[in-house]
Amino acid sequence: MAYSDKVVDHFNNPRNMGSFKKDEEGVGTGMVGAPECGDVMKLQIKVQDDTIVDAKFKTFGCGSAIASSSLATEWLKGKTIEEAQKIKNTDIVQELNLPPVKIHCSVLAEDAIKAALADYQKKADEKTK
Amino acid sequence: MKLPIFLDNHSTTPMDPRVLEAMLPYFVEKFGNAASRNHAFGWAAEEAVEAARKQIAKLIKADSKEIVFTSGATESDNLAIKGVLEMYHEKGTHIITSATEHRAVIDTCKALEAKGKATVTYLPVDKYGMVNPEDVRNAITDKTILISVMLANNEIGTINPVKEIGKIAKEKGVLFHCDATQGVGKIPVDVQDMGIDLMSFTAHKIYGPKGIGALYVRKKNPRVRIAAQMDGGGHERGMRSGTLAVPLIVGFGKACELCDQEMMAEAVRLTAMRDRLQAAITKALEESYLNGHPTNRLPGNLNISFAYVEGESLLMGMKDIALSSGSACTSATLEPSYVLRALGVGVELAHSSIRFGLGRFNTDEEIDYTIKKVIEIVTKLREMSPLYEMAKEGVDLKSVQWAAH
Repeated sequence: MAYSDKVVDHFNNPRNMGSFKKDEEGVGTGMVGAPECGDVMKLQIKVQDDTIVDAKFKTFGCGSAIASSSLATEWLKGKTIEEAQKIKNTDIVQELNLPPVKIHCSVLAEDAIKAALADYQKKADEKTK
Repeated sequence: MKLPIFLDNHSTTPMDPRVLEAMLPYFVEKFGNAASRNHAFGWAAEEAVEAARKQIAKLIKADSKEIVFTSGATESDNLAIKGVLEMYHEKGTHIITSATEHRAVIDTCKALEAKGKATVTYLPVDKYGMVNPEDVRNAITDKTILISVMLANNEIGTINPVKEIGKIAKEKGVLFHCDATQGVGKIPVDVQDMGIDLMSFTAHKIYGPKGIGALYVRKKNPRVRIAAQMDGGGHERGMRSGTLAVPLIVGFGKACELCDQEMMAEAVRLTAMRDRLQAAITKALEESYLNGHPTNRLPGNLNISFAYVEGESLLMGMKDIALSSGSACTSATLEPSYVLRALGVGVELAHSSIRFGLGRFNTDEEIDYTIKKVIEIVTKLREMSPLYEMAKEGVDLKSVQWAAH
């Protein structure tokens, strides 16, 4: 199977690879997938005044999974929480030209975004209590 | 050194130029049909086929009349299993095979089961991928008509105790089929000594052409009969009709002759190369685990799981080296390797496996390059892996509640 140029580019030059400390101020962490399924994504956002100022990922998975999460961090940066909620897996599929067998990678990336946002929200809510 | 490097010699092998040279006259010049009995074109073709039959038989210590040409090992497996069942079904319909057989054997058995034509026992293997001959003995019933166990596994290279299984088969009067596709030409094979009654193998795994294989069918002690699965002109003693592919057969013969002459020296060279590859990789990379038997395996085989990284991404990171992985992402089924699973390798480590297949034309320089690349990409992908990060933080990955999808 041939990979699209964009998948190859993200795989060879992953954007925003790395981690924030989970308990850092304004950080939300989403971890989705399972090792038995062959992919695990960890996506983190750093939020200031309702805007995502930074994002990082680490992914165990195939090239398309790595590219999907790398792209997700790129898209998240600079978006408000509300805008970030709107990122859909189909946008990722389109941008990376993912073939049908790799659509689950994009679904996983959307789930990771949602999970990171939810984690941030939960922590923010706890603080205001 | 030329890139890409071919290290996938279990999937197929490049043809040896000496094989091609032997084949060339049989396309344009000596194009006859080996079944044409009444003219010189036919005689020349038949002569070439019979010479090849001898070369092939010699490599496996058989008689040339015991070689039946097929299109490849998949057809040979089908012909052996279906042909024996059809011929001997009145005696019984029970077949014994193993969990790590090639799909050509397992799926043939599954199809026969689904049609209600046979009952099949799939023997488990030990942690190295070996069938226990005593398990074979214990599985035999008065309805058992065939044992089908492979010589060497295509993924992990583990070599089965075929001779012991052959002995039990003889003792119990059950026919023994061996899929020797990966073993023939790589390790010594003797159908007499090993007690094999039917044996599948193919040319393209031993530096011969694709599209030609053989089924060895024992002629005496006992004389094995199989029902043809292809009706037609009654070629190959009625067991496999169809005009013989003369150029391919000539190539198959030459390939076998070369293996017969060079196999022992080649095995020594490949084993040394393989051991060097294994030592360098496992020394540099912690938590890299060998799959298969540490010593009792094919000279050119190395199968390693690299914990915390996924196989397809490893292959993608080593684009200039042709390799194969047991990862689900590289298979059509989206399931990781059933062979590794049968050994008891965890699903996550099955996803992380890479198969290196060394062959006749690989060089030390290529191995050096591969060592460097593997270490580079595994290190890079581990840096990228949340699992590696968690493991380094002391998290027990088994205790994590994963959100499976």
